[in-house]
Amino acid sequence: MAEQGAAKGPLPVVDFLKIPDRGEPYLEGHRCQKCKAVFLGRREACSKCGTRGALEAVRLSNKGELYVYSIVHRSFPGIEVPYVSAVVDLEGGGTVKGNLIGIDPDPAKIKMGMPIEVIYKKAPRKDAEGNEYLTYYFQPRS
Amino acid sequence: MTDVFVLGVDMIKFGRFPEQTVPELGAKAALMALDDAGLKIQDMEALYCGNLYQANAMVGQRVLQEIGQTGIPVVNCANACATGATAFREAWMAIKAGIYDLVIAVGVEQMGKGLLGGGGGGRGIPKEGLLGSGTMPTVFAEAGMEHSRKYGTTFEQFAKVSVKNHHHSTLNPKAMYQIETPLEMVMNAEMISYPNTKLMCSVNVDGSAAAVLASERKAKQLGLKRAVRVKASVLTSDPWTDRDLVMPDVNTCTRLAAKKAYEMAGIGPEELSLVELHDCFATAEILHYENLGLCKDGEAGRMIDQGQTALGGKIPVNVSGGLLSKGHPLGATGIANIYEVSTHLRGEAGKRQVPNARFGLTHVIGLGSACAVHVLEKVA
Repeated sequence: MAEQGAAKGPLPVVDFLKIPDRGEPYLEGHRCQKCKAVFLGRREACSKCGTRGALEAVRLSNKGELYVYSIVHRSFPGIEVPYVSAVVDLEGGGTVKGNLIGIDPDPAKIKMGMPIEVIYKKAPRKDAEGNEYLTYYFQPRS
Repeated sequence: MTDVFVLGVDMIKFGRFPEQTVPELGAKAALMALDDAGLKIQDMEALYCGNLYQANAMVGQRVLQEIGQTGIPVVNCANACATGATAFREAWMAIKAGIYDLVIAVGVEQMGKGLLGGGGGGRGIPKEGLLGSGTMPTVFAEAGMEHSRKYGTTFEQFAKVSVKNHHHSTLNPKAMYQIETPLEMVMNAEMISYPNTKLMCSVNVDGSAAAVLASERKAKQLGLKRAVRVKASVLTSDPWTDRDLVMPDVNTCTRLAAKKAYEMAGIGPEELSLVELHDCFATAEILHYENLGLCKDGEAGRMIDQGQTALGGKIPVNVSGGLLSKGHPLGATGIANIYEVSTHLRGEAGKRQVPNARFGLTHVIGLGSACAVHVLEKVA
């Protein structure tokens, strides 16, 4: 049953994760051509300046820096803890939230401002139809 | 335009009342506020009800079913954690506009237990724990970490907020808890989302609060002895900021509301006697010292270290015990804050009385976002 309903490749975990037929997956933003604000996802007009018809899709960088984080010790049933919830500012614009992996969940180890890279992996969860998903993670960049 | 006065205001003791309905809880506070004003439901010309979790269930009308269906207009408000304050402000606007002379605002919520936020929704697979966390403790932990990043604020400083507010609540019989929580106890409590431990998270409780508002003409007619003047009522939504899609910005909309409120009240933060602000998490209180202008940017950590915001300090904050210990029934919180500040301005706060209180400020913020600030002034 799962086989029948499943798509061929993994689906994107969020709409702003793009999986091209050829080439590497990436995160997509929309940039207002007038005020340069960058958004994740589409909108009717620019949230910042209200300009209509001025949002262009842009490929966001896979490099950035850790802005802030929290170490989550209590979550909903079935979610493995602890993990690091991180807010990352990407080079060239765009801020994304995700799990920071490849580092101990320890405030003494995690430095705000540290260089981060975005990596793409199959998510450890499937949906009710058995579809697989491609997700992104952050990891420290040397 | 007329000045607007609070003539009656009260709240039930916050707690867990699963055996009661939301309208029953709301009715209790409504009757208490009417009694406090010496008025009857037949005197009210409109009712404004704040409730979030049953926003589609006509809670305001059902409150009237409990206490008297007089046929008056009822407006039900939902605005996240600013729900109660929004209902109060709607009531204030109706008086201000000259439509009515006497109205009542009721805020009520039944909460249950557990984590708020991060429930997900949307298509595909759940994102919680995969793309970071959207739980409220995490969102406010990350907001606090932004302050740490900028100013070096420590886990211990955040924890001190919780020590202070729990201490205050030992003096407030209407708070959910009346227990001291020393610093080690707060810091060693179960870590929920670093740096917020369990004792640094607001308490989910059931509760209700209500206020009777009057025009100047009516207030003078009924007597101003215990009346409190509403000097400012401001509501803002969140202006765009660069990170707010992934990191709700509680700072910008609070700063915007505070600025407008001080302008409207014609006073500055240095003239306030007390503040009830939105300490949904201990980290949040630190941010709002600066957002509300109680200190300069970067000085909030020092402010808590020096005890400036404790009862007896320069500007007491959350002497009720705050959301951290009094409890946070979302729809009731905004009006419960009005009750606390009014009680001090009336000189009726007993052991926790801020001496010679003249001006007080209330602040709530609902993620999404909505920020409400009210400034109240002693009359007699």
